[in-house]
Amino acid sequence: MASTSAATADVTERAGSSRGGGRLYRGDLGMWSWVLHRITGVATFFFLFVHVLDTALVRVSPNAYDRAIELYKNPVVNLMEVGLVGAVLYHALNGVRVMLVDFWSKGTKYQRGMFWTIVGVWLVVMIPGAYFMLQRTITDLFGGN
Amino acid sequence: MTASTTSPTDQTTSGSRGTTPPVPEGAVAVTVKIRRFNPEVDPEPYWQSFEVPALPTDRVLNLLHYVKWYLDGTLTFRRSCAHGICGSDAMKINGVNRLACKVLMKDLFAGDGKQTTVTIEPIKGLPVHKDLLVDMEPFFEAFRAVKPYLIAYGNEPTRERLQSQADRARFDDTTKCILCACCTTSCPVYWTEGSYFGPAAIVNAHRFIFDSRDEGAEERLDILNDVDGVWRCRTTFNCTDACPRGIQVTKAIQEVKRALLFRRT
Repeated sequence: MASTSAATADVTERAGSSRGGGRLYRGDLGMWSWVLHRITGVATFFFLFVHVLDTALVRVSPNAYDRAIELYKNPVVNLMEVGLVGAVLYHALNGVRVMLVDFWSKGTKYQRGMFWTIVGVWLVVMIPGAYFMLQRTITDLFGGN
Repeated sequence: MTASTTSPTDQTTSGSRGTTPPVPEGAVAVTVKIRRFNPEVDPEPYWQSFEVPALPTDRVLNLLHYVKWYLDGTLTFRRSCAHGICGSDAMKINGVNRLACKVLMKDLFAGDGKQTTVTIEPIKGLPVHKDLLVDMEPFFEAFRAVKPYLIAYGNEPTRERLQSQADRARFDDTTKCILCACCTTSCPVYWTEGSYFGPAAIVNAHRFIFDSRDEGAEERLDILNDVDGVWRCRTTFNCTDACPRGIQVTKAIQEVKRALLFRRT
């Protein structure tokens, strides 16, 4: 492969960028889907980070592991679990959309439709999913049954 | 006489064409809020508002002319043809990149008789020289780097280089580019990573890569395979939305990506 450093040298030596402080760019739907993709990706990464640590505890001592898991049994963590499922689900669905945009020749044409489709799928999964995940916490907190 | 002021009552004689003309019938007073910056005087950019009469048939460019000609002659912006051909007056209007000469005021009026405010900023990601005028040189450097001209080897033909209609149609969309920089400066990747070639350069590379008469496709694909090439694109579609010529910019970039993946061995 031919070297391209000569051709790109000028481009990289760009003078300072413009001054910030203006209003937010009112970008395309695709921009906001990308922003959400980043946020859910980083959030999932941090979950995995903690998850690897707490699971590794089992090698230190099974009792310590049990105590760590016991800490998770509270309503706040339960809400975070719902958030995690939502983040992973969005990231996965939008990932498929991005792959279709990349590899399907008509992907760029239908990117908006595909976005609303994944929003629909997300809602269809998350509404009953959140109900079943939160059911126990809600009955524990507010009684009933 | 002191220089520009934000007060509408003082807006009489500081424009470059003297006194304000009579307000045409049917005109509505709108607020034009402009991001201003004079590097010789201002430590930071600031917002300045003007009251300008606007007709539904006015373009945003007419309002800028009104400000410059009758209210404040120091307002600086580019425009040449004023008819959407030259691509000089790209700016961020109400938060999106548009050509000031192609945005009609009737599409910007606030409903229910509310006061209309039009915010105008310089395009983002390029150094601001003054007010709405940015340094386009980094943008053109990226454009030149992709060799946006016909490359052909061997003996020159004695007649035209012929091409079928289907071959011509292959790259028709990307021939429409007017290099206004609306796409490149709408790209979140370009804002943070100025070394990225940007959508406009890739569009102009696409125009030759898929031209059957051109023989430089491999060179250009090599250039765009670089770390600052097409792979930086995150398909946010801001460029496609911003293009005043309706070029399917993201589609063109994706076609270059797929050419890199599948056409070459």
